[in-house]
Amino acid sequence: MTGPAFPPVTDDTFAEEVLAASGPVLVDFWAAWCQPCLKLSPVLAELATGYGDRLRVVALDVDENPDTTRAYGIVSIPTLALFRDGGLVTTLVGARPKPALAKELAALVP
Amino acid sequence: MTETTPTTLHEVVIVGSGPAGYTAAIYAARANLAPVVIAGAVTAGGALMNTTEVENFPGFPEGVMGPELMEKMQEQAEKFGATVVYDDAVSVDLTGDVKTVTTAEGDVYRTRSVILANGSAYKELGLEGEKSLGGRGVSYCATCDGFFFREQHIIVVGGGDSAMEEATFLTKFASKVTVVHRRDELRASKIMADRAMANPKIEFAWNSEVAAIHGTDKVTGVTLRDTVTGEERELDATGVFVAIGHVPRTDMLAGQVELDENGYIVVTSPSTATSVPGVFACGDAVDHTYRQAITAAGTGCAAALDAERYLAALGEAAEPAVDASQTPQGAVAL
Repeated sequence: MTGPAFPPVTDDTFAEEVLAASGPVLVDFWAAWCQPCLKLSPVLAELATGYGDRLRVVALDVDENPDTTRAYGIVSIPTLALFRDGGLVTTLVGARPKPALAKELAALVP
Repeated sequence: MTETTPTTLHEVVIVGSGPAGYTAAIYAARANLAPVVIAGAVTAGGALMNTTEVENFPGFPEGVMGPELMEKMQEQAEKFGATVVYDDAVSVDLTGDVKTVTTAEGDVYRTRSVILANGSAYKELGLEGEKSLGGRGVSYCATCDGFFFREQHIIVVGGGDSAMEEATFLTKFASKVTVVHRRDELRASKIMADRAMANPKIEFAWNSEVAAIHGTDKVTGVTLRDTVTGEERELDATGVFVAIGHVPRTDMLAGQVELDENGYIVVTSPSTATSVPGVFACGDAVDHTYRQAITAAGTGCAAALDAERYLAALGEAAEPAVDASQTPQGAVAL
């Protein structure tokens, strides 16, 4: 199984790619050994296309990027974390069916 | 997306994609029933997707990873013509000869028979704070979340095989694992219990239950209550892994098929027939006793054979009655 289809961010690029971004950025915290992560990512990818330029989605491999993972207190994956204007807005922890995720995303990114 | 149209009438729709669902699919597909498996959008593969090594599935003396086993079962089902749909069944109408299964995406599958292999979900402790601290230290999946508790103290709640497996797995990361169990002996199989007891990183809190989980942003500890004396004590920990059993995922079946008082689907053993003709059930949604991958697979096989027999009987009933005067031979003689 391969990882999420989203552009990867790392501990080194997180500040620039996520915190300094102009619009909202959703970070998919994942790992290759996390089966629910591998299931959730394609569901998220399908939904994300509907947002076009209004939402940027990136993936962060928790195995490779412990600093960011620790900084945001991630202790369960999959976690989807929404950042806006350099700050964490909210996190969605755990896999969920597509309609549930769609509803939560719609509430976060109008 | 699937090839189904609102007018397609399937022979059999299978709800669930664990060992029961996929084994039913293998058998139904080999019987040319072209089964549709409603596998779940993110839960496809079932409970084994969240396990590591499965050591007791026959035919794999060297063990097999849970996710790999499930991928192989799916591949085997698809090879014989099963269609796997990554969507969740949200409602069913099982009355009548044509039954329907509706998914979260809004697709409606019409079918002559249904095999229910809904499986089970993790049982929760039912404590205040358990939900709000979910993903913040409270977890139900060691293989998913254990990684985040390196060199920390983790509590595992439960005394069965799952609890022992989680506790043993978590010692790869944790500085210490404390197993909290309500009784003074384990329910787990001997091999799993022995392995946990022999692990120097695992301690046991016998006759104990978690009375409260503490923490606001993340778990900081628990209050343990002695189940014999009622005495309470505090224990610092950053992770609480709950493995106290399962509940059947049968909410959407209420009022459709007979369920027992705990929500398990009632079948007329040794068959897999439910209270509704043409509806069969297998796996953990039925079985609260054995709950093994191999027993789930076994009942999945039985459900497919039962469905096949039901459909054959339907087919015979649908044929016009044949008597001597209506034989082709007789017709020709006229």
